[in-house]
Amino acid sequence: MNTYEKDQKNVALKLHYDIANDDFSRAGEASSKIKKMLKQLAIDANIVRRVAIATYEAEINLVIHSNGGNIEVFIKSDCIEIYVEDCGPGIENIDLAMTKGFSTATNVAREMGFGAGMGLPNMEKMSDAFIIESELGAGTNIKMIVRYET
Amino acid sequence: MLVRDLIEKHGFIKISGSDQEREILNVYSCDLLSWVMAKGKHDTAWITVQTHSNILAVASLLDFSCIIIPEGISVEKETVNKADEQDVVLLTTPLEAYEIFKILYEEGVK
Repeated sequence: MNTYEKDQKNVALKLHYDIANDDFSRAGEASSKIKKMLKQLAIDANIVRRVAIATYEAEINLVIHSNGGNIEVFIKSDCIEIYVEDCGPGIENIDLAMTKGFSTATNVAREMGFGAGMGLPNMEKMSDAFIIESELGAGTNIKMIVRYET
Repeated sequence: MLVRDLIEKHGFIKISGSDQEREILNVYSCDLLSWVMAKGKHDTAWITVQTHSNILAVASLLDFSCIIIPEGISVEKETVNKADEQDVVLLTTPLEAYEIFKILYEEGVK
């Protein structure tokens, strides 16, 4: 798996959340709902925690940086797949964006404790597989896989 | 130690949430939310000067025991209301982070 592609095969349950940009008051709601759903499905606590962290960081990134986007979660028999898509503005330098401590967050976001430059690195750390594709002016797509057994 | 001990023995004020019987096994202090997301453990008492409502998502996603707002900082009503909705325990105290650490250490959080 090297390119971003949604794998629609064998999806037991699909969750979809639209995330508006700049809506700090609701940031974290989607990831909280995802966590609640996974707990109800009796998925292992450590897996729930990894998905919760990955989706939270994705959600915050959409709020801070994107022109709006969505998060989809595919629950499968052997793994959970997380798809994050937005409508821009796109990332100029992905290697730089993936560097711990690098952030383009505004001062307002930083004063709130966001913009530590840990979002994308945290997402990658929580995933067994991580793909990011971005095009300036078009948008960013991220796929993360969290496997039940590694 | 339990959240109740901070309230009853050490005068911390509970401004939201209900679960005082929650055990505290870890303590962490940081105001960068992604940093806390990366490092925070379950059953943590988290000390932060951030008082906006996004701290609640962090605490609830990571199963923290409570959030401690130090140095007498006041908390927005919106945050308190949301914390009640999500049943997140928010505590306030005039103490500084180091004094809070000392209490938790002496109570057996090591």
